[in-house]
Amino acid sequence: MSTRDKILQAVKNNKPALIPLQEIPALLDVTEENPIVKFTAILKNLSTEVKEVDGWDEVIQYVSELKQQYKIVTVIDGVDGIVNDGADTINQSAAALASLDYALIKGPIGIAENGAIWLNDKNLPNRLLPFICQHLVLVIEAKDIVSNMHQAYRKIQVNEEGYGVFISGPSKTADIEQSLVIGAHGPLSLRVYIVH
Amino acid sequence: MQGTTTHSEKAAQFIANEPRTDWHDDTLWFVRTKRDRAAHTIEAWEGLRATASHIKEHTLSNLHDYLTQFEQNALANGVQVHWAADAAEHNAIVHSIIKKAGIDKIVKSKSMLTEECHLNEYLIQQGIDVVDTDLGERIVQFRHELPSHIVLPAIHLKKQDVSDTFHEHLGTEKDNIDPSYLTHAARLHLRDKFIASDVAITGVNFAIAETGGIVVCTNEGNADMGVHAARVHIACMGMEKMIPKAEHLGVFLRLLARSATGQPITTYSSHFHKPRKGAEMHIVIVDNGRSRQLGRADFRNSLKCIRCGACFNTCPVYRRSGGHSYHNAVAGPIGSILAPNIDMRKNADLPFASTLCGSCSNVCPVKIDIHDQLWKWRQVLMKEGYGGSGKNIMMKGMAFVLSHPRIYRMAGGMGRKVMRWMPWLFNNKSLNPWYKNREMPAPPKQSFREWYQQNKQ
Ligand code: SF4
Repeated sequence: MSTRDKILQAVKNNKPALIPLQEIPALLDVTEENPIVKFTAILKNLSTEVKEVDGWDEVIQYVSELKQQYKIVTVIDGVDGIVNDGADTINQSAAALASLDYALIKGPIGIAENGAIWLNDKNLPNRLLPFICQHLVLVIEAKDIVSNMHQAYRKIQVNEEGYGVFISGPSKTADIEQSLVIGAHGPLSLRVYIVH
Repeated sequence: MQGTTTHSEKAAQFIANEPRTDWHDDTLWFVRTKRDRAAHTIEAWEGLRATASHIKEHTLSNLHDYLTQFEQNALANGVQVHWAADAAEHNAIVHSIIKKAGIDKIVKSKSMLTEECHLNEYLIQQGIDVVDTDLGERIVQFRHELPSHIVLPAIHLKKQDVSDTFHEHLGTEKDNIDPSYLTHAARLHLRDKFIASDVAITGVNFAIAETGGIVVCTNEGNADMGVHAARVHIACMGMEKMIPKAEHLGVFLRLLARSATGQPITTYSSHFHKPRKGAEMHIVIVDNGRSRQLGRADFRNSLKCIRCGACFNTCPVYRRSGGHSYHNAVAGPIGSILAPNIDMRKNADLPFASTLCGSCSNVCPVKIDIHDQLWKWRQVLMKEGYGGSGKNIMMKGMAFVLSHPRIYRMAGGMGRKVMRWMPWLFNNKSLNPWYKNREMPAPPKQSFREWYQQNKQ
């Protein structure tokens, strides 16, 4: 018998009688009174700069300012005045992307209870982008902010693409005497635009 | 059991440095208080715990089907699935994937399973160098130590220790103990490793049966940096990581980071289903005693563990004895339940390294009856003839942490400290009055007291 079959047989022999699976209780899914306020407060607590803006003007302006000084990649679709140049990075190696200063990426969903923003291969022409850039800017539309994880998982399909990630705050560590240091292996900073 | 390997003897070495022991204790208690604050912000916290516990219990009761379903879906996603009965087979599989890829530069993010299997040592023997990329793990790797905590691997070390280690290995300024400076030095050092490595090994936090995908949670971004820069991703998982559906992630991700460090969620929760174009993804599913534990009705519950570390942070024995005292990859209360299943003789002392106060069970996000299982292990170990070592621990082992004079000085009247060292007093209000009358806190479990009385001669 293969190892696989032996393991599965042992599991089958040893597992207890079936306990039927219950639905996730609806009472766990508490809708926030003001998801945007919560989302903002949580992210600020996570050393993230949050900008709530009306329309795209400020974002457009920010992208063009960054472009003058830094190496940046922008993965934002359907906004006049912003060029999505993500496709250029598809085949770039880690070595080539290591000098990337900024990545600006628009995500389809944000979560109030923990400040997380979902990205998947659709928003990530190169999966390294939100990790290898020195600074990350995530953009979310106000209407796409849900209250909690249960609501988020109802909206996304985790296997729609080969890879997806919730990002909440800049990379960080407290592995040295529990002192919080922002900027571990991923970005040194995160800015989030909430666009109305 | 060798004399120098028992928890009590190692703990005696640990507490010889009193200020450091106090610091360790304070620091972990601080993490525990952060957990409490985070838990209190969630109205439905207890409901979440009950639901998580239920989902895991259900999963274990149908694990055979879920493993099969997971494999099928992962294969359909283009992932290669491997099965390992024990640590040796796991290590051999990982080695063969690396050899086939013809790569000798490897990065690894945190995986307690690979610690359990001693993968690093094995690969080094094969002439393959593995770089641990979690900052805490890199620090202990430089020092030829093992992680002392499943979530906070270097929690036993002070800034000065890290500074000395980095000065030696990374050439940082001597005696510069600024955590930002030291972290930045590690960032630069490890960026080079990420870019140069073509194999990335990761652990797995959750494996989703219905989609064949895995979820990995980190704060540093090291798992993702490694995987997305590499050509080959090897994810190693104990088979108890299974959950039935993607929607269940909502329950577990709400609990995991809040229980671990008091964060609302880890910075990155990465869902891997398919390798990117041109890359390979492997999943190694490991048994290593888990199917046996599943067959032990009293202990199968321990397989619900999501490795959050909350039971460590709250444990008065762990806090004052340090992770290395447990001589097992997973230390703390949960490690003391898992270890005797893997090697009863070697780990017979661990279920005795507890006050059975129950604080672990109270914080556990998946409601494992940790302290009950510790008590039950003691019964099993006595029956199986490992009682000699057990009694030994009872007599001189527990004495060291709990009869350490400082603890009782503090226990005199300072409420907060009392709660910290003897959290069980606050679990059950009716127990409160008696602590004033005793110098030694008696274990609250009547059955355990009886057992102790019977066996102390
Ligand atoms: S036993 Fe519970 S508290 Fe301890 S690490 Fe596992 S899940 Fe966390």
